[in-house]
Formats: sequence, C-alpha cells, structure tokens
Amino acid sequence: MPDSVYSFHGGLHLDDHKSESLTQPLQIASFADELILKVSQHIGEPNTPVVTIGDKVKRGQLLAESSALVSAPVHAPTSGTVKAIESRYIAHASGQKAECFIIVPDGKDESIEVGKRSTESTALDKTALLEQIRSAGIVGLGGAVFPTAAKLTTANQHGIKTLIINGAECEPYITCDDLLMRNYAAIIFKGISYLQAILQPEKTIIGIEDNKSVAIKAMQQALSESSLTNTTVSIIPTLYPSGGEKQLIKLLTGLEVHSSQLSFEIGILCQNVGTCAAISQAIDKSRPLTSRIVTVTGPGVKNPGNWFTPLGTPVSHLIKLAGGYTIEEPKLIMGGPMMGLTLESDQIPVVKATNTILVMDQQEQEIAQECIRCGRCTEVCPVQLLPQQLYWYSRTQQFNMAESYHLFDCIECGCCSAVCPSHIPLVQYYRFAKGEIWEQRRKTYKSDRSRKRHEFRDARIAKQKILDEEKRKLKREALAKKKAAEKAAKEKTGDKAPTSQSADAVQEALERVKARKKAEQIDPENTGNLTPDQQRQIDEADARRSQNKMDDA
Amino acid sequence: MKNYSSPYVTPSASTNRLMLNVIIALIPGTIAYIWYFGMGLIVNLVLAISSALLFETVILLLRKRPLKAYLSDYSAIVTAWLFALCIPMHSPWWLVVVGIGFAMIAGKHLYGGIGFNPFNPAMVGYVVLLISFPVEMTTWYLPLQISPDSLTLVQAFSYSLGLVDIHQWDTLTSATPLDQYKTSLSLNMMISEIRQSPVFGSFAGVGWEWIANWWFIGGIYLIFTKTIRWHIPVAVILGMLILSFSFYIADPDSIASPGFHLFSGGLMLGAFFIATDPVTASTTVKGRLIYGFMIGALVYIIRSWGGYPDGVAFAVLLANMSVPLIDYYTQPRVFGMNPPEDH
Repeated sequence: MPDSVYSFHGGLHLDDHKSESLTQPLQIASFADELILKVSQHIGEPNTPVVTIGDKVKRGQLLAESSALVSAPVHAPTSGTVKAIESRYIAHASGQKAECFIIVPDGKDESIEVGKRSTESTALDKTALLEQIRSAGIVGLGGAVFPTAAKLTTANQHGIKTLIINGAECEPYITCDDLLMRNYAAIIFKGISYLQAILQPEKTIIGIEDNKSVAIKAMQQALSESSLTNTTVSIIPTLYPSGGEKQLIKLLTGLEVHSSQLSFEIGILCQNVGTCAAISQAIDKSRPLTSRIVTVTGPGVKNPGNWFTPLGTPVSHLIKLAGGYTIEEPKLIMGGPMMGLTLESDQIPVVKATNTILVMDQQEQEIAQECIRCGRCTEVCPVQLLPQQLYWYSRTQQFNMAESYHLFDCIECGCCSAVCPSHIPLVQYYRFAKGEIWEQRRKTYKSDRSRKRHEFRDARIAKQKILDEEKRKLKREALAKKKAAEKAAKEKTGDKAPTSQSADAVQEALERVKARKKAEQIDPENTGNLTPDQQRQIDEADARRSQNKMDDA
Repeated sequence: MKNYSSPYVTPSASTNRLMLNVIIALIPGTIAYIWYFGMGLIVNLVLAISSALLFETVILLLRKRPLKAYLSDYSAIVTAWLFALCIPMHSPWWLVVVGIGFAMIAGKHLYGGIGFNPFNPAMVGYVVLLISFPVEMTTWYLPLQISPDSLTLVQAFSYSLGLVDIHQWDTLTSATPLDQYKTSLSLNMMISEIRQSPVFGSFAGVGWEWIANWWFIGGIYLIFTKTIRWHIPVAVILGMLILSFSFYIADPDSIASPGFHLFSGGLMLGAFFIATDPVTASTTVKGRLIYGFMIGALVYIIRSWGGYPDGVAFAVLLANMSVPLIDYYTQPRVFGMNPPEDH
C-alpha cells in the first residue's frame, strides 16, 4: 500500500510489462568485439579526447574530459586498443552521428593501478568527495545525464533541506532500477550516505512505486541495517509519471516546484538510485562509471532480462545475449515506451543514459482523426495543461498562443497522446512548436544583436564626423591666426630672413621624426601610448563584448 | 508512415467507439419512444440518418476528404439520430431533409467538419426548422396510451411522404405537456386544474416521463463507459433543479414542480446526449460545470418566460456560443504556477 499522502494531477495507469524482464536474474554482459564510446555522454560542455588512435588503454583509464564545470569525463570500460576516433550513429532524436572512440577489447580486462586510500572514505571532506564524483564521470543516471558533481555543487550553494532518492521507475518495461534495489540496496545506501555528507539535508526520502514490493523490502532491510538517520523509504502509488522529478517531489513532500524554478531553489535535490550506487562505487572503490544495468525487453526479444553492460556495447550485442529477435521487423527504442528514443539501427552503442533497450513491433502510425475536444488529455496531464489547446495552436502555428498556454511547462510524458481517442500524436506537435519557437528566438536574438551593433556603428561614425569637423575648424582658425601673425611680423621686419626660417623648419621636422622613432623603439605596442579618450573607447568596447558573452550564456 | 517519436503506445479509445457508445445509449430511450408514441419515430430516424449520410458523403467528396475515414466515425448518424428525436413525428419528409441538410452543411461542414463546429449541428438544424416552419414543428401526436388510434409503419411512411391525406389523422394531434402547461398558465389556470388534462401522467407528461427515465439510464451507461464525464449532465440537472425549486416553493399553485420540469420535453436527452457533445462543449472541469448549469438554467428561463414551450435547443446554442469565453476563464492552474507560499 502506498504511504504517501500527497498526489499530483492526472497521470496514467499503464500496463507495466515489468515481469517479462524480471524472470531472469541480473547477469553480466560479455564484452562485444568493439566498444563504441561516445566522447561526450553528459549534458553540458563537450569533452576533448586525451588518448589517440593506436593507444593501449586499461579499464578505468581516462579517455576524454573537459575543464568546464558542467562536464563529466569518459573512461575506458576495459583494456584494449583505441582503433579509431570517428563519427558514429548514436541515440539521438534526429538520428545524428557523434564523435566516438572505437575500442577493441584485448580480453585481459586489466585495470589501471588504483592507489590505496590513505584515509577512510567517510572521513573525506566535501571537496574531496565532490572531486571523486566528478573525476569518476558520474552523471544523472535517471536519464537526464546532468553531471552529478556540478549539480551537487550548485545545490550546496542553495542549501538542501530534503534529499529525494528516485526509485520510482514509473515507465513500463523498465526494471534496471528495480533489480539494482533488490540486489544492491546496501551500496545504494552507501552512496546516499555520501550525498548526505555533502549536502547535510534535514531528511532523506526514497520514493519507490508500490509495484516493486521485493525492491521495497530489500531497501527497507538495508536501511534498518545502515546507520543513516532521518531517512525513510516511502512507497508511492504506481501512477505514471510518478518518477518525473517535479511529480515525485509533489508526491513525497507536497511541494510544487515553481514553473520557472529548479528543485534545489526550494531546498530539494533529487538523485536516481543508480546514481547513488555509482557514487558509492566511485568513492569506495575508486571505480569510474564505465558500466550500468541495462534492461533488454519487449515483445520482440526472446529472453528479456537485465545485464551489467559496459558502456559502449552495441545494442546488437545485448540483443544477442537476450536470445535474439523474435520478429521480422523489430523497432528499437532506447528507454521506455512513453518517452524513449527510436534507434535507427542496432549498431548504436549503450551510453550512460541507456536504461533500457525495448524491442517492439514496427507499428504503422495511424492516420489521426480530428480533435473532438473530448478533454481526456486534460484529465491525464500531470502538469494540468490544456493539451487540446496546445495542439490547436501548435498545429496552426500560433506559437505565441501556445506559449501563453504554457507550452514550455510540458514535460513530454506522453500521457495525452496515450489516451487521445482521435490518435493524434500530440507530443510530436508540442516538440515541433518548441523547436520552432527556439529557432525564432535564436533568429530574433541574432538580428537584435546585429541591429544594436549597426546602430552603435552609425552613432560612432556620426560622432567621429562631428569631432573631425571641429578639429578641422580649430586647425583652420589656428592657421588663420598664424598667417595673420606672420603677416604682421613680416610687415614689422620686412623681407629679412626667409631662408633661415625655412632652414629652421627643416631642422624642426627632422628632430620631430627622430623623437618619434625613439618613442617607437621604446614602446612598440600600439596600445601603449593611449590618449585618455582612446582608452575610454577601448574600455567601452570591452564592456560591450563581455555583455554580449553574458547574453549568449 | 512509421512512428519515430515517443510515446509508442496506441490509445485503446477511439472516436468511432465513443460515437458508437452514444448510439448504444440512445437505443433504450428510442425503443421507449416508439412504445409510447408509435412508428412515426422510425420514419424520422430512417429519413434523418439516410439523408445525413448522403449529405456527409456529398460534402466529403466536394471537400476531397477520404470517405471511409470520415464516414466510419458515426458522427453523422449521431447527429441525425438526435435530430430525429427532437422533431415531431409524422413530419413531412422534406422537413427532415431540410433540417438535416442545414445541420450537416451549415452546422458542420462550413465550419470545417467534425471537431471544428462551434454549434451542435443537430440543434442548428432543429432551430432553423422551428423558426422557419412553426406549424409543422409544433404538430405533436398523442401518446398511444391515450390516443384513439395509431398508425402502422407503412401508414407512417406514406403519411410522411405525402402519399395519403394529411388531415386524416388530425384528431390524433395534441399539444405537448409543456405546451399545454404554457398556454393554460397564460389563461391563469391553477397547476391542479392544468393537471386534469389527459396528457399529464404521474409526475410529468404521459409517455414523456418514462422516455426521460430511459434517457437517464442511457446517460448512466455513457458515464459508466467513460464516453462522457458526469460534470455536464449533473450541472444541467442542478441548474434546472435549483431554479425550478426556488420558484416552485414560492408559488406551488401556479408554478410546475421541479420533477415535472426535469422529466418533460428534452431536458434529460439534452443533459446527457446533447449538451455533452464534446466538440461544442467546454473542455475544462470548471468550465463544464458552468456550461451545464447555464443550459439547465436557460431551459427553465425559456420555458417560464420565453416564447417557446421548451428551450433545450436555444439553451444549448447559447451555451455553445459562450464556450470560448468559458474555456478562456476557467483554465486550470498549471503545475508549478504560483505555488502555495508555505515551503
């Protein structure tokens, strides 16, 4: 029985299809003939490779990293040779390619040397723990793949009152977190203890859906055996999308994270159970994140199950381990049936975000009928949007209206599409509208910036003209005065020494040139001898540049 | 086309199934109608449905739309069925065809077809007839229980097609209970006197009251199968009950009881089958309650102070007109918008 007292609007009771992949115990996947490791497997700044083609690598060796805060390094899952660094197809909504390491395992699976830790890991301070998490390449394994160390650092600045551990696993078919909780509850709690050491939360709540009774028992058992305080396992009802971050927070605490906020801004941080286990591995065993549990399931695969899978394993290898396809034209999905990505081929590799490979029948998309405004979508929307209005405005490309109906609050959970009696692919329309709006914003931003630059340039030229004009005027006046003075002098002295005067002028000019040359020798930098006016102009330009950079960010 | 983007689940519900549910729910009430009023309804149904399908097909062809996909959604049949239930029996055939034609062409397809019409097409057709052909539209027949004679199916058809003398059965016509009640009240008669008329049954009109019960049962089926939600019918009934009850307790001698109002005329049919047409109704929860209440209240207002004995059609059309406004002002609070301050 669920023991949470709060609820969220809408949601769907789906056929969970979890039992299929739970018939086999957790297994360890063998190494494929070649591993395809994406260079960047996180959200944030891209990585740069630190090994080159032909290098021999060992398990745990750093392959790519970035110096940026929001990044996570990638490590070798086994020992072998870097055969190539090239573009390969990856899991991507538009079927794109990305830079990947191709590693041929040597079969020895040698590990890099791991120095014995001098201090007890529990005695490590926050900074050391965070560095350990960062260098292990840990990212949010719930699917967002945001670098964990960066998330924890930012969260710490805000102060975390409640730490929420996400074990909901609400999408159908997926069982990797379920099995992880069943088999490695103690390791998860070890990871939680490090999170608590970093964040010092007042309480910690682990949310698990009530269809995972074995996992719940294992977790409760492990909790009672651990020394953790102010930590509870909370059973939540099985209702998709209870594992959505904001939905889970509402379920467990009754708090709503504001549309414009991130959860840590109200003192709450969510971590997936898989991430907790990875943190424990990184800190206790200095093991970077190089493998994860992947569920291989669906009606199109012979023996569904869960495998400890080295990152970079091609999907085809996992399918082989699961007994192969059972259907002619399989449709491959990375993730669940509600939010997963379509895979174009089974040569695509497992990445840190891969929780499931779902093999389904290739179904023809039905021809959608017209919306009859029945409102079922409204009833199930967990964000309480009006999906039929969003559809109407997205379809007719009235994007301003779609935005005013809170298009960007849509979490693309797919509930509306799953109940639509007219079988309209609603979420596709929302993705389209979001894409169009982003594109428009980019264009507006660009043209605004060019306009600003242009206006500034015009103003500068106009100003320069006025200044030049004034200078000329002054020069003319000075010249006129000089001439008048000369004339007066001439009149006074008569025509006595014109030659000596011109000789003086030549001498003066020569000296001026000499002086200038000397000055140039001393200070060859063209920014060295600036007038205050020039310096001010340079400062202004610098300020504008940094402002633009900030706008870009 | 293959489905490349999530979700990959196919909804179990379909528009066709929803429309079919409506037709199933209409059957008990329709049988009761025939039981109490005779074969005339069958004629209406046959004429209305066949002409609706004909109009739909022709317009779809003109609009170059796929015939099968649109004809199989049953929406034309539902419109025709509801329309047939609203107009008097033994109407001339052209009356049915004109009404349906208006419903399908002006009420539905000129707006863009299913899903785009702001007004309930059946009600559009009905109101056009009511205004244009008042005589034909107010010639009602007595329920069989108190009628001296009844027509066979063949007679009903010949009558409708104008093959037999129209005036032959004039003695069978009568005012509807609502009509009778309205005219009598204008003659300052007491409710108790009015109820002496044979057209009145135990709490509403003879026949009518039981048909209304069957609409109610059909409506429960619709709610049970989740074809419709409870909000609109409950709000319609509440709107009618609250208004009729407040006036009734003030003057029970000259004002009809809430029970009479609920089970007379088109109220039950309207509450469960007409007001709930999703295309023309409000889509938000609050909006549906307001929309339904508005219809219930308007029906009472039109019956009591308007020029027509019943007002379901007008009430529904007026409420349809207000839907964009209602929907705009009853948008639910989006998750994460102005959360409670205490955190």
